[in-house]
Amino acid sequence: MATEILSGKVHVNTTINGESTDFLAEPRESLLEVLRETLGLTGAKEGCNDGNCGACNVIMDGRLVNSCCVLAVEASGADVTTIEGIAGPSGLHPLQEKFLEHAALQCGVCTPGFLVSAKAMLDENPNPTEDEVRWWLAGNLCRCTGYDKIVRAVLDAAASMRGEG
Amino acid sequence: MAETNGNYNVIGTRPVRHDGVDKVTGRAIYGVDAHMPGMLWGQVLRSPHAHARILSIDTSRAEALEGVHAVMTAADLPDPGAGVAEANESGLQSKRYKSASLMARDKVLFEGHPIAAVAATNRHVAEEALELIDVEYELLPVVLDVREAMQPDAPLLLDDLHMDTGGELADEPSNIASRTIHEEGDIEAGFAAADRVFEGEYTMSMVHQGYIEPHNALAYWSADGHLRVECSSQGQFGIRSELADHLQWPISKINVFPSEIGGGFGGKTTIYLEPLAAVLSRKSGRPVKLTMSRSDILRATGPAPGGYAWVKIGITNEGRITAAQAMFAFEAGGYPGSAVGAACLCAFGPYKLTDFRIDGYDVVVNMPKSHAYRAPGAPQGEFAVDSLVDEICEEMGFDRLEFRAMNASEEGDLRANGTRYHCIGNHEVIEAARTSDHWRSAIGSAPGRQRGRGIASGFWMNGGGMSTAVAQLNADGTVTLREGSVDIGGTRTSVAMQAAETLGIPVEDVDPIVPDTDSIAFTGVTGGSRVTFATGWAAIEAARDLKQQMIDGLADHWDVASESIAADEDGTFRQNGETVSFKEAAGILDGDDLRLVGSATVVPEGSGNTFAIHIADVDVDLETGKVDVVRYTAIQDAGTAIYPPYVEGQMEGGVAQGIGWALTEEYVYDDEGHMRNVSLLDYRMPTTLDVPMIESIIVEVPNPGHPYGARGVGEVPIVPPLAAITNAIADATGARMRDLPASPPKVQAAIAALDSD
Repeated sequence: MATEILSGKVHVNTTINGESTDFLAEPRESLLEVLRETLGLTGAKEGCNDGNCGACNVIMDGRLVNSCCVLAVEASGADVTTIEGIAGPSGLHPLQEKFLEHAALQCGVCTPGFLVSAKAMLDENPNPTEDEVRWWLAGNLCRCTGYDKIVRAVLDAAASMRGEG
Repeated sequence: MAETNGNYNVIGTRPVRHDGVDKVTGRAIYGVDAHMPGMLWGQVLRSPHAHARILSIDTSRAEALEGVHAVMTAADLPDPGAGVAEANESGLQSKRYKSASLMARDKVLFEGHPIAAVAATNRHVAEEALELIDVEYELLPVVLDVREAMQPDAPLLLDDLHMDTGGELADEPSNIASRTIHEEGDIEAGFAAADRVFEGEYTMSMVHQGYIEPHNALAYWSADGHLRVECSSQGQFGIRSELADHLQWPISKINVFPSEIGGGFGGKTTIYLEPLAAVLSRKSGRPVKLTMSRSDILRATGPAPGGYAWVKIGITNEGRITAAQAMFAFEAGGYPGSAVGAACLCAFGPYKLTDFRIDGYDVVVNMPKSHAYRAPGAPQGEFAVDSLVDEICEEMGFDRLEFRAMNASEEGDLRANGTRYHCIGNHEVIEAARTSDHWRSAIGSAPGRQRGRGIASGFWMNGGGMSTAVAQLNADGTVTLREGSVDIGGTRTSVAMQAAETLGIPVEDVDPIVPDTDSIAFTGVTGGSRVTFATGWAAIEAARDLKQQMIDGLADHWDVASESIAADEDGTFRQNGETVSFKEAAGILDGDDLRLVGSATVVPEGSGNTFAIHIADVDVDLETGKVDVVRYTAIQDAGTAIYPPYVEGQMEGGVAQGIGWALTEEYVYDDEGHMRNVSLLDYRMPTTLDVPMIESIIVEVPNPGHPYGARGVGEVPIVPPLAAITNAIADATGARMRDLPASPPKVQAAIAALDSD
């Protein structure tokens, strides 16, 4: 039976937010599903489950991915950063600080995805232009803000991280 | 009377919102994140057909699947009776129709209409079980266009639906649920007095609110009869009353917990999954959680109606409107209840009218039952009216702002509903547009594209209604503020700011909490732009109550009369040379074993209407028909802007949704009523690349109907963008887009049609 094969569980070892993490996953489960349902990391949201809204974005081995489009078993041996891993023990990440300062969220459900995407961008490009910010964040849908304050917050966070803020 | 602008300690400042840290760290618990031990997952079987009779449903194979704990159909939902219920912002709705929309009884009326639901150990098993439910359908002819649905020979959706005209029912059933007429003066005389009369016909597609968080419900029906429901909604009390109706269960045994909500825009003011989760929980004895897929959200929740509009306006050579007439026919979806009534009331809102007639038709078609979407009905109505106004200005050579100034509605003028405007900021908004940098700047050009500028107006009524707040003094001088309104985008803080202002303490010393229905008294829906106005007012009254109790407590402590104690704006209390701060006072009262709680339930009227003007510059690619919005300014009267960054946020967000409505968002159906674009790739909402930075200009004409002058702000910003953008396209190319969205193929065709003329 195909169902039995699909529901047989696989042991996966991965690193999540710097911590070695083990879980059992069915081959059909997405990384998003395991993060949320198995590991209780509900910061990544399911907005569409087909890679179009970006609310579930995480960084996997340095690459920004839609966790709904990654199978959990593919995370074996990977290094995954979720929204829960963005803030350090000493306080919020500058992106988080600037989102609050600029009122760059309303309902806030897309916010984790935007922050993870913005962090992935700044990891690669610490000095983005407005166009580059918009290009990087075009895979994240926000229905509340009209993006204006999000783009400003990201540009301001980048400046502050470069010591210009 | 309202206090004037400025000179507040807290109001008008830009504090960080109280729930901010939770929301930027991923810690905030939304409805989709809710969890209970032993929880089952549910899935809903939905009709693949848009119009069919259900001949049989056999769930036996699904029930036998290992891991399945309960299966339900419409037979498990009790008859809610023949009454009507308030469907927030969507008028009154028949309870029986609502019940049938929750789960089909004998017929399906739209693709995605629920047929059955399953609870199983996980969502995959539940999904497998759906495939084991056997349903036999008899297909019926489908009708999708309102004008076709209104024809006498159209296929009937509901054979007991008779057109209601002011309480009078038509003899024969039809797809027209109701006809509303608003008429004042003498339109024939008005049109006769005109030098020129203009007419236009407009059509628009259904569009979705597009909130990012899917609908969700977690229900646990305990063996003692208590039903606990956790879900994201725009009002825990509305969910409770609808559950009481549709489960025939007493409200005292239903407790609804409002989780954080990931967007709603009107679309989460009603129940979809909640009663299904409840019934599945009762049948399985376990907590049951349901969430919707994005395709189900698009296919089977409550989008904004599309439809047809016809507008006629009479004008003198000097540019005065002499008479106005309109007819709107909106797609209600499978059951009655579109926003056509509000379209009638708002369409001419920005304009001074003496002689007018507006007819609205609510028409059922084989599409999802429409529901409230941000200023429900007003964007569609204003699109039609302001498209024609733009054409009039172009034809007769009027300046578009001067035309609006000359014809602006003002205090004392008649509204479409027959009442008169009170203190409104229409002229002030027009003046702010006139002096804006955008309006005074040259339009500029872009190589290879045609650039144009459009403007449009907007009007929204704004709501009041019942709200409750409870202010509890803590021993350390902070205040815990329980307030009944679900916070969908910063209202915890805008409400707390009003309590803080009243008490004379920093907003950081107020801790706002949104409790479950057992823990606070009734509060209306988070909708109608009412929360900052009405729940803010409740917070003010609760704070005043608390302050008076503090004065009385200090009077006892000092053994003086309460009247001899003065309470200052900075929170200090004075009597006979002695001064204590708010925090010191709290300590004294705590030492006297006083536990003070101020509370208030208010039902304020006088919410104050609001007006907006938007200016849009667009670039049109003549070859492809693609339109880019390159500059955008939104101007709006907010009354006193209580929490300015979130006033701007409402304006910017409304603009972005309006850009989507104008240019890219639509419901694409095949002839059988199957929606063809059920993903967020194909239902095309604006991204960061589709929206420019948005200039927000807040005009503050304090509302005399609120202690601090607040008006609702959240809805009017979606009203002007549709016409502002299509008017800009006309300015750029000469092509008038009378059918929304103005998607590239339509713009390209309209430009080609100009060339062939």
